[in-house]
Amino acid sequence: MKLEELARQSSEWLRGSGPESDIVISCRIRLARNLANHPFIRRCSDSDLAAIERTLYETLQSEPKLRDVGYVNLKMLSEIDRQFLVERQLISREHADSNGARAVAIHPEEKFSLMINEEDHLRIQVMNSGLDLDATWKQTDAIDDVVEEHLCYAFHQRLGYLTACPTNVGTGMRVSVMFHLPALVLTQQIDKVFRSLQKMNLAVRGLYGEGSRAMGDFYQISNQITLGRSEKDLIQQVADVVPQIIDYERRARDFLVHENQQDLHDRVSRAYGLLCSAQTISSEETMELLSSVRMGVNLGLIENLKIPTINKLFIHTQPAHLQKLRGTELDTANRNIERAHYLQRHLQQDGADAAENN
Amino acid sequence: MKCQQCEKPATIHITEITGPELDELHLCEDCGKIYLSQQEPVSDSTMSPQFKLIEDADELAALQQQVCEICGSSFYEFRHSGRLGCPHDYVCFEAELEPLIVNIHAATEHVGKRPKRGVNSSEQQAHLARMRQEMKEAIEREDYETASSLRDQIQELEKQRKPS
Repeated sequence: MKLEELARQSSEWLRGSGPESDIVISCRIRLARNLANHPFIRRCSDSDLAAIERTLYETLQSEPKLRDVGYVNLKMLSEIDRQFLVERQLISREHADSNGARAVAIHPEEKFSLMINEEDHLRIQVMNSGLDLDATWKQTDAIDDVVEEHLCYAFHQRLGYLTACPTNVGTGMRVSVMFHLPALVLTQQIDKVFRSLQKMNLAVRGLYGEGSRAMGDFYQISNQITLGRSEKDLIQQVADVVPQIIDYERRARDFLVHENQQDLHDRVSRAYGLLCSAQTISSEETMELLSSVRMGVNLGLIENLKIPTINKLFIHTQPAHLQKLRGTELDTANRNIERAHYLQRHLQQDGADAAENN
Repeated sequence: MKCQQCEKPATIHITEITGPELDELHLCEDCGKIYLSQQEPVSDSTMSPQFKLIEDADELAALQQQVCEICGSSFYEFRHSGRLGCPHDYVCFEAELEPLIVNIHAATEHVGKRPKRGVNSSEQQAHLARMRQEMKEAIEREDYETASSLRDQIQELEKQRKPS
């Protein structure tokens, strides 16, 4: 698989389509699975890791339904390329940074990725743009079935699928929905929302998983419990809070539009102006400004700019993406310059295209 | 930006969202490490307070000695790393894991998808390990009748087992 080709295409999860896509970005389901006759990763020797990787690789090769995936050996990859896959959410940071034989199999349109030798032997994750949890689960379930025809999973009659960490035991499933919640952040209500979600045993994370702070006002909400409830119930539990969160965010946006129209318009326009004219800009600042611009476009405060363009910029301005797209390694200072140029080119381009079409 | 605890440049930025307010901390690498080692790591799900149920020193010593017969991992190692050694740990450390699992999931039984294949080899493996242990105990107390019957059962099961 050529990573350069991936760099140019838009990730499935950032395509920005589907109902309520101004607030709901994407949904994702992942299953943690382990092979029965091998130790968990922590206890694996180099040869154990290599054996697991080979077994899973052969499984994918022999299965016609999975043959079109791109297989990427992470051990052979440069740090930038691994970082690039993290930015696209095809692998986790833990997976990128660990040692030993490990790999990822990627669907050509990035609808799913299969992480091999991450925290568990196999992690199946399926991603879809917008909110379509049922379809996402069907795809995940089908991939799991196909893999299971070839292998013996570690499974316990009472405890279900056995995972390296007991926080995942049972279904081994994490269902998550990613939101863009700039108005809740701006009106300082976001903590209140999180506290109520935590009481319902739902976890809130930033764009890049576990520890990361919410970059660009993107938040992922997911189930914390994996044992004692069926996959359908766990999905429903997450699905149930989605309309509420959309509603809170809409109300916060309405509030800003009606009570603070001038400030809001100013904020959005300044963000847009900065992105169009900065000569050097950090990744964090870019995310923050793009977040304001994204909300501005969705509220009709900025014309001539399309949401998919902004979605793409969120990811294309990440450090490894910039370097892949440029085709050279760049230090932080040069990345900041390259980022500013990239933003200028693409924001002006999109504006010009839209003006022509009008 | 300077570290909030000394004069060195801050390289570690921590946002705590445990309380009602967001707490932002900017620390240099050294102060950051100290801060994180005092705190139970917030960013790491594996070391959540759920894993801190056993505090008694004697109990800890006992845990260090109890070892999984398949992977050789002790429960103490799990407590330290947050990751189990092999699937059989769930059987071997069942009593120790149970309160943790209840604490995390408020449940003890899997509901949901099951592998479509018949008897699972991990289950079988656990069962076999248990029978081997029983056989060893039977030999120690010179109960050869039980031991030989167990041996036959083990051989029978091993014959049935599908290679994975």
